[in-house]
Amino acid sequence: MKKVFERPKSLKDTPSHFCPGCHSGLIHRLVAEAIDYFKIQERTIGVASVGCSVFLYNYLDVDVIEAPHGRAPAVCTGIKRVRKQNIVFTIQGDGDLAAIGTSEIIHTANRGENITVIFINNAVYGMTGGQMAPTTLLGQRTTTSPYGRDVQQEGYPVRMVELLSGLEGSAFIARAAVNKPANLMKAKKLIRRAFEMQINNMGFSMVEVLSACPTNWGLKPLEANRRVEEEMIPCFPLGVFKEKIQGSEDSRG
Amino acid sequence: MTKVAKKGKIAILKEICKGCGLCVDVCSQGILGLGDEMNSKGYYFSRINSEKNCTGCAVCAEMCPDLAIEVWRKSNISGNSRK
Ligand SMILES: Cc1ncc(C[n+]2csc(CCOP(=O)(O)OP(=O)(O)O)c2C)c(N)n1
Ligand code: SF4
Ligand code: SF4
Repeated sequence: MKKVFERPKSLKDTPSHFCPGCHSGLIHRLVAEAIDYFKIQERTIGVASVGCSVFLYNYLDVDVIEAPHGRAPAVCTGIKRVRKQNIVFTIQGDGDLAAIGTSEIIHTANRGENITVIFINNAVYGMTGGQMAPTTLLGQRTTTSPYGRDVQQEGYPVRMVELLSGLEGSAFIARAAVNKPANLMKAKKLIRRAFEMQINNMGFSMVEVLSACPTNWGLKPLEANRRVEEEMIPCFPLGVFKEKIQGSEDSRG
Repeated sequence: MTKVAKKGKIAILKEICKGCGLCVDVCSQGILGLGDEMNSKGYYFSRINSEKNCTGCAVCAEMCPDLAIEVWRKSNISGNSRK
């Protein structure tokens, strides 16, 4: 018999610290698979954001720099501008990307920086104990919205994919989920495509991946997984929202 | 391996498994189940009920956030490809 499932080469053989049923482990693996697929491990530089994804330096076997909270896209910009031969990416949470780092992500996308962002949207601040994030669903209870997010008080969940697609500088913007095999396979393709855009010098690419945080949602892993399907996907629709075509007038590649 | 003409075979790395049950949920053959035995981290790890219907599709391994499942398949059988 032939072994048909193997750990990607660029994913270190280290047990993860993620909680049981957290989708972050899946998303990190898909990133490693994309790095392996394009054989870019030697020239890839990761930028660790702040949040549960910070430990990307423990898991991905590539060079990594740590950025201050929310600033990963700015740090990526700096690295890519001086080292164009490298593939530069970050994995950011929703607190990191859509709250403290709103300015950085918007301007990085708008400038069309040739970097790749993997955005883990779990609708809460995971690492710090489940506070409300900009992406928290209406009615969702968190430690800082104990009665559920109320639109009168806290406004609507921010849809970053839709927002960034509207900027002229962005080249590839998509949203995926990994809650079931079919979605996971699509997520795999989209993450690979995002890296391909960078390799082809097409400009800014981002894939948002909806992710369960069983611990801070107060749900069992399978219940949390179901919530992604039943509550998150209806609020954050999946698909490719923007894709520049190589050689077209508005593309850089 | 035994000589039975099985299509697939899996192994669970019980010290890596966190007992989340995502693999149990996606296996179309009901091969997996959470057991009542704990690993050294205190998780009730996933167990193989009966392997004989395993197709080696690797969907369980794809869905495991902790890469705690290894899968083998008879090479002439096509299943879920990892492309
Ligand atoms: C400047 C700064 N402010 C606040 C913090 C505290 N802090 C650490 S992680 C975090 C939230 C991370 O949430 P998110 O980006 O959603 O990632 P997750 O943990 O959910 O993956 C915060 C506020 C910090 N480290 N630095
Ligand atoms: S707190 Fe949430 S996001 Fe962080 S590791 Fe646990 S489940 Fe994952
Ligand atoms: S998906 Fe992985 S971690 Fe979760 S129960 Fe199955 S083998 Fe264990």
